[in-house]
Amino acid sequence: MSALLDVEDLRVTFPTRTGLIEAVRGVSFSLGRERLGIVGESGSGKSQTGRAIMGLTPPQARISANKLTFDGIDLLGVSSRQRRALRGNRIAMILQDPKYSLDPVMSIGRQIVETLRTHETVTKAEARERALAMLEAVQIRDPKRVFDLHPHEVSGGMGQRAMIAMMLIAGPEMLIADEPTSALDVTVQLDVLDILDKLVSERGMGLIFISHDLRLVSSFCDRVVVMYAGKVVEQLKASELRHAQHPYTRGLLNCMPRIGFERHPLPVLERKPEWSA
Amino acid sequence: MTAAIVVEGLEVVFDRFRALKGVSLEVREGESYGLVGESGSGKSTLLRAITGLAPVSSGTITVNGKRLGKSRDRAFYREVQMVFQDPYGSLHPRQTVDRLLQEPLAIHGFADGERRIERALDEVGLGKGFRFRYAHQLSGGQRQRVAIARALILEPSILLLDEPTSALDASVQAEVLNLLEEVRRRRKLTFLMVSHDLAIITHMCERLMVMQNGEAVETLTASQLIGHRVDADYTRNLLRASEGFVRA
Amino acid sequence: MSAEAIQSRREWLLSERPASRMQARLGRAYVAWRRFSANRLALVGLLIIIALLLIAALAGVLAPYSPTFGDLKNARLLAPSAEHWFGTDDLGRDILSRILYGSRWTLYVVILVAIIAAPIGLLVGTVAGYAGGWTDAILMRITDIFLAFPKLILALAFVAALGPGIENAVLAIAITSWPPYARIARAETLTVRNSDYIKAVQLMGASPFRIVLRHIMPLCISSLIIRVTLDMAGIILTAAGLGFLGLGAQPPLPEWGTMIASGRRFVLDQWWVAGAPGFAILIVSLGFNLLGDGLRDALDPRSGDQ
Repeated sequence: MSALLDVEDLRVTFPTRTGLIEAVRGVSFSLGRERLGIVGESGSGKSQTGRAIMGLTPPQARISANKLTFDGIDLLGVSSRQRRALRGNRIAMILQDPKYSLDPVMSIGRQIVETLRTHETVTKAEARERALAMLEAVQIRDPKRVFDLHPHEVSGGMGQRAMIAMMLIAGPEMLIADEPTSALDVTVQLDVLDILDKLVSERGMGLIFISHDLRLVSSFCDRVVVMYAGKVVEQLKASELRHAQHPYTRGLLNCMPRIGFERHPLPVLERKPEWSA
Repeated sequence: MTAAIVVEGLEVVFDRFRALKGVSLEVREGESYGLVGESGSGKSTLLRAITGLAPVSSGTITVNGKRLGKSRDRAFYREVQMVFQDPYGSLHPRQTVDRLLQEPLAIHGFADGERRIERALDEVGLGKGFRFRYAHQLSGGQRQRVAIARALILEPSILLLDEPTSALDASVQAEVLNLLEEVRRRRKLTFLMVSHDLAIITHMCERLMVMQNGEAVETLTASQLIGHRVDADYTRNLLRASEGFVRA
Repeated sequence: MSAEAIQSRREWLLSERPASRMQARLGRAYVAWRRFSANRLALVGLLIIIALLLIAALAGVLAPYSPTFGDLKNARLLAPSAEHWFGTDDLGRDILSRILYGSRWTLYVVILVAIIAAPIGLLVGTVAGYAGGWTDAILMRITDIFLAFPKLILALAFVAALGPGIENAVLAIAITSWPPYARIARAETLTVRNSDYIKAVQLMGASPFRIVLRHIMPLCISSLIIRVTLDMAGIILTAAGLGFLGLGAQPPLPEWGTMIASGRRFVLDQWWVAGAPGFAILIVSLGFNLLGDGLRDALDPRSGDQ
């Protein structure tokens, strides 16, 4: 299977008052039509990696890479117009909090229809039909009612479903989900993941799932990339997480309390300077 | 054994919204008690009602044998202290750690401030080097340690913990949970801890109450929960959810 | 001082681990100064204000002639020359000397207005914002009444009631300029009163008085300082306006507004009589505005704490 996305030596650098800060320092991985998890703690550069692929890095930052290709297209080489056309059409992104990523003054249905009509030429009626079908696909029980609601009128879980519907309506080939369920309650979290899982496998998409929650990622994804201080410290199959080699990955797995495993005190992570070297 | 906190039929209403609908619980002295639930379950409101930050419309709260009225006196705050969820919001942005820790001592008229501040910083594992820093010069974990030091400096017997680690990274969470367990053991504190995470509550608490929509679902011991001996479907759902994603 | 010593002092100031209260405070001030001094125009503003202070302090030494006694016989309405740089007025007084002495009155007005109006506004605003309910409603309606009238008209009314004179002008301007400060302080208070760090202090058992005074006011002060500085120009102009209308400083006091008023009769033929004090007002107002803008960048809590 050829890779959908190829990332080689990706670097993202931010200029600040005190000098350059490298948020991402040489990240390499490739993605097929699979579920890839990127895990790390705050400041590990996981979100900046996702944004760089998506082309959402703030303008003052500098991006460089030996290779950053999506389906053979050099993402750093294309014009910003081509990049915009790719975004939404072939690559989509879901962010943590639907409250901030949905337009508050436009009904959910209209937002989905607009998204569809910017990428495809369809009639209004057809767009509406497809939007309703999409809302149904993300298991919204009464799609006709939700279609006319505004984002503030729905719960967090419903908002995130609407967001997923909006992102998937144009039928992208790759989806980047940055902490898509962290703002949701645990029981809702699983419903949303369930929906995401079905859609990704039905449509044969590639998924990059960015999260701080190693356990959640390992139960959801096929493969896991573990990041620390802007670098990839380990890449492995999710099923083999128990046999992780890197002390950081193992520390991260160990330090979470688990039901049925009494450990007092909890093992803590001893950060070694050589990990970020 | 006596009860540290007794809550009976507690109702809290915000603008006609019933955040708590007649909740009762009893926390024994020296016990660590957990409140688990999702957003809107009323678990944080319960803590805030005890401290006087949320309006009680009916029901009673008794702390260390003393029934609480509408307002709390200074003596109450020497017995009960709270650690907030968001370490980025709970420290004053224009005050040094030193100033933050001095404030409770000044309010309650403690004379040996210097010594207490140094001891409090040592106790939470920060040491003197942090004393004159501002909040923005600290990491999330360090901020939460300062918040814990501030809560402990008045030597309370009861500590209310409102999701104290949910804003922290997993590795930092482990450090803060260990710190909390350590101070509890050393000072024989009573904990009332709120979390959405069953694993954290079973790790930290001996007994817990599951809450949903402002009502108690059930009360369990940690070992009942670990052994999956639960009655309510909702608790079972939560348990399942805490084990991660399972592909259908 | 060697470059090394400067470098080590800077490191001491910027230390992430200050060892004393003093070092922490100085470090914070140094960061604010660096942010302020990065703005060239703000530095120009600061220089103008420093110059104004120096001139006011040294007016007695700098002024070549008396500000109040002129040579009526030989020196009436002379054009600017080497002898009288800014010319002389209708009573034969040297305008430069009058402007130099006038800086004292300008400073007197702005400083007095600031120390009367700002604390009133701060107190009213923070108390209203923190207490809420009836207290808030009453205090804010009073504020609204003051805000409902144009500032100059209200000041005129007060001066008319109190009687003309520079002290009464100061009082009138102060009474009319606190309401915006109260509004600002209240808005700031509302944004912080529900924050966890204020709740944390409540849970220490602090009295409302203590919370407002020690925890809320310090957060409002920087936006208030910025606003007061930006208002300085307006205060100078109002004072000048009152002087111009004959309700502020009374002749022969060398107050800039009064000077313009007396010069307006010959503004077409002897333009320097009104022009020189007008120019002085312009420069000083500009200075305060530039300084205020710079302070906004340096002190604004919203621009981040880094």
